[in-house]
Parts: sequence; structure tokens; C-alpha cells
Amino acid sequence: MMWIAAIAALALAAPYAVYPIFLMKALCFGLFAVAFNLLLGYTGLLSFGHAAFFGFAAYVTGHAMKEWGVTPELGILAGVAVAAAMGLVFGLLAIRRLGIYFAMVTLALAQMVYFYCLQAPFTHGEDGIQAIPRGKLFGVLPLDDMYVLYYVVLAIFAIGVWIVWRAVHSPFGQVLHAIRENEPRAVSLGYKTERFKLAAFVLSASLAGLAGATKTLVFQLASLTDVNWHTSGEVVLMTLLGGMGTVLGPVAGAFVITTIENYLADIGAWVTIIQGIIFVLVVTLFRRGIIGEALAFVERRRRQ
Amino acid sequence: MSSTLAPVGGVNAGLTEDWIIRTQDLTKEFKGFFAVREVDLRVRRGTIHALIGPNGAGKTTCFNLITKFLQPSKGRILYNGRDITRDDPASVARAGLVRSFQISAVFPHMTVLENIRVALQRPLGTAFHFWRSDHSLKVLDGRARELAAAVGIEEFSETPAVELSYGRKRALEIATTLALDPEMLLLDEPMAGMGREDIDRIAGLIRQVAKGRTVLMVEHNLAVVADLSDTITVLARGQILAEGDYHKVSGDPQVIEAYMGTAHA
Repeated sequence: MMWIAAIAALALAAPYAVYPIFLMKALCFGLFAVAFNLLLGYTGLLSFGHAAFFGFAAYVTGHAMKEWGVTPELGILAGVAVAAAMGLVFGLLAIRRLGIYFAMVTLALAQMVYFYCLQAPFTHGEDGIQAIPRGKLFGVLPLDDMYVLYYVVLAIFAIGVWIVWRAVHSPFGQVLHAIRENEPRAVSLGYKTERFKLAAFVLSASLAGLAGATKTLVFQLASLTDVNWHTSGEVVLMTLLGGMGTVLGPVAGAFVITTIENYLADIGAWVTIIQGIIFVLVVTLFRRGIIGEALAFVERRRRQ
Repeated sequence: MSSTLAPVGGVNAGLTEDWIIRTQDLTKEFKGFFAVREVDLRVRRGTIHALIGPNGAGKTTCFNLITKFLQPSKGRILYNGRDITRDDPASVARAGLVRSFQISAVFPHMTVLENIRVALQRPLGTAFHFWRSDHSLKVLDGRARELAAAVGIEEFSETPAVELSYGRKRALEIATTLALDPEMLLLDEPMAGMGREDIDRIAGLIRQVAKGRTVLMVEHNLAVVADLSDTITVLARGQILAEGDYHKVSGDPQVIEAYMGTAHA
């Protein structure tokens, strides 16, 4: 409980010490990675197409707010609803495949979404949807105020993470755990495991959409970068780096990667190389990721 | 102890059907190779029935066909007179036909109690409730402890299954299977890889759980099932070679030949 309070206090005070836009970007990617980890870490499914939910929800929210003039909460809801529907379609098509085939099907579907976004008029192709008005949340809270926006983003992040935490520690989460550990046995106990995996997939896609929609509010922009396969790869890296067996690990991973991208942007292509090196180090030496290794260290100390 | 192990609603007294499982012409072909060929297997209700045979005889395939983990190429499977040939494995399990696996089937990083609870929680109807706390599953702990005690592993309730000895893992597996109160248990080589005292323990356990239930077990070794089973079916090269009680089967010259003299080992 102590450390949750400490993190909360840190998060509340942070925008007075660090550039708020950077923090909000990290929070959006943090939520994206937490949502992704519900699949990878807690269901045992590697999706390589999560950018589709993240990026397409961003377009939907941007379009709804700019062209239809809806309030931010409705824009976000629209983005999440579309991401959930896409998650259902992706899931129905991919869930019967296992391992690498599952990853390939999700990648292929996400590429279709990418090329659709490249061609569809409402996304404005290479330009993206720009200058999206932030508006007032519930018609009251002015999101153009940087601090108001920050606390709204923080609240959305907290709710999203709480949903994942709740799902992991729920009757549903117990069944997911059982499926991840021994799927044939779960089947033999009468569970239709494909339905559980599909439910986890839709939940994960919805929350990835929530992250993408929120990012639109922050940057007032929805662009092709967010639906690109590169973003799907980045979220895998964030999750592995932070620790995929933990709820908060992916957030740590997202902060590290976002920091590298923001503060080392001057060195250009080297960023990709640094990311590659980090990836190799994590996979070979720190399999449990930052938070996973830290927890394992604490556990070892406790046992001694 | 026996009250915990006895079926709650397992035996369907109203049914006059004597055979709980009947297969007709059951065949599984893998690209021209017949793993199981035209097998007519009948399992009498309330008995312990063993399916034995040398390696590659089609025992496990037969088993996977009956529990629907494999689709047959040909033939029919009747459970309590109902055709289940096209059912999926989860539905078959819900209907009361619950199987074990050759390699012990536990959830390794869950505790003994959590393992058993996974089986108990489905009837609660909250398996999809991702918004509910898992504390809501605590109502099942009492029953889970009873089941753990029934197979003699109650002192390991909070131990992760991965840390249990092999014999205890199998005991946990039986407790988890019993949690579903199945009408019929299908055990795939329950004694494989065990030492003598573990074999005796598990044999005792099987005898207990078979009271009021039907058990179909696959075994490699005829001697192990000798005084445990009421009926023994010997498979060889995907077909039934002999059937009957231990004396009849073990004296059958074809069986002795199939086992190359190892039948009495």
C-alpha cells in the first residue's frame, strides 16, 4: 500500500517538475503497454497488430471531435467502441491459431488497417488529422489548460490500469491463468478456452483504443505513425523491457522507451540501434524485465 | 472421507442403458495409417475398465477420440446412449466425462487450493466476470480443502503445484477431476513413471473414487491393472485383440504374443 501511495503522490506532483506533454505521452504508451500485456503476460498470446487498435481509435476520436464537434468523452468512447469491435473481428479470425501463426494473422490484419488508413479520405493520408480541438470534458473542464489535461490523462490511465489489475485478479483472471499454464487441462475441466481468449483479446483491444484515443487529445493529432507496424513492435519492446508478468512493469518499459525517444531524438537513427541493444540485453540477460527482476530480487531477500 | 469422494449426482439411476460408453466402428486414420481401426468398445456403467496394449497400439488415440480431443475419421461414440461424435471437448467434460492426461495435468504456478478451485468455480457462473474480485472465489475454499484432504494432500494447500512430488501431483489431478463430480473418469496412464508405493496409493485412490462412478483407464502394463479392473480390453495395432477379466486376457495366446512375453512382468 505504501508504494502505491508513493507512486500516486509522484504522479500528482510530476507535471510541476517535468514537461507535462512528455509525461502524458508516456502515460498513454504506458496504458497501451498494460493493455497489451493483458494478452501477452496474462493470456499467453503474442499479438503483433495492436497498433491497429491504438492508431485507429486515435483516428476515430480525432474525426469525431474535429468533424462532428463532439465532446472529448464522447470522442474517446467512440474510439474505444470501434477498437472493441475491431478486437472482436481480429480475435474471431486469429484466436484459433497458435503461437507464431496467431502473431502473423494479427500482423496481417493490422497491415490491412494500415493500408486502409493510408487510402481512406477521412484520415487525410500522410498529413493525418491535425489541429483537433481538445474541447471541454463533460462540457465543463477546459482541456486546453495543460494541468487540467494532465490530470484527466492521469485519471484515464489510472482507470485503465485498474481495469487490467481487476481483470487479472478476478474469477475471469483465474481461468486465464489456468489456460496460460495448461490449456488442454482447462478444456478437460469444461472451459471453452477460445471464448476466454477472445474476451481477453477484446478487452485488451478496447484498452489499447482508450490509450490511442487519449493520445489524440494530448497531441491534437492522429497520424499514420500510430497505426504503423513499428508501433506494434514498440509495445512488445516496452512490455518485455518492463516485465510482462507484472501489471505495472509495462508502464516502466513505456517510460524508458518514451524517454529515450524524446530526449535522445537528436542522435536520429541511433535511437533505433539503442532500442535494439536494449531488446537484446533484456531477452538474453533480464528475462523478467525491470519490474520483474526487482520483484525477484525482493523475493530472494525475503526468503533469506 | 468416502462422503467426499462419493458422487453427488453422478449415477443416473433412471437410465436402463447398461453401457455408459459405446463406440461403433471407431476409426482414426492419419494419412493412410490407421491408429485406431473399427473399434467397438463397450464400457459397463459402474465398473473399472482398463484399456491396455503395447506402445503404439492406439490406446491414447482411442482415449482422445472418446474425450473429443481428436475427431474420428469414421464411426460413432455414444455416451449414455446419446451420440457425442460431433461434440467439442469442453462440452463433453461438462456432460460428466472428465479425463486426465499422460503427463500430469496440473496448473504449475497455482497453489493446490487454486488448482482445485479452477474446477469448482465454473458452476458459480462468474467465470467471465472480469470486474469482480477473486475474493468471491473464497466460498469454494472449504470444498477445495475437503477434496485436497480426500486425496491426502491437505497440508500442501498453499503450495504451488510445481513444488509437489510426482505422486502428489497426480493426487492433485484426481482431486481436481473429482471437483467436477464427473459421472465417468478417464485416466490416461495414471501410474506411469511411479514408484511402487505411489502406485499402491494411486490404485487405492482409484478404487475409492470408482465407487458409484465409471472409470476407464489406459495402462501400458497389464500387471498394474490386474486386481484393479473389472474388465480389460487389449488393443494391438489399433484393433481390439482380446477382452475380459484379467485371467481370461492374460491367458490369451494372442495377448502373450503381442506383449512378447512381457505380459506377466
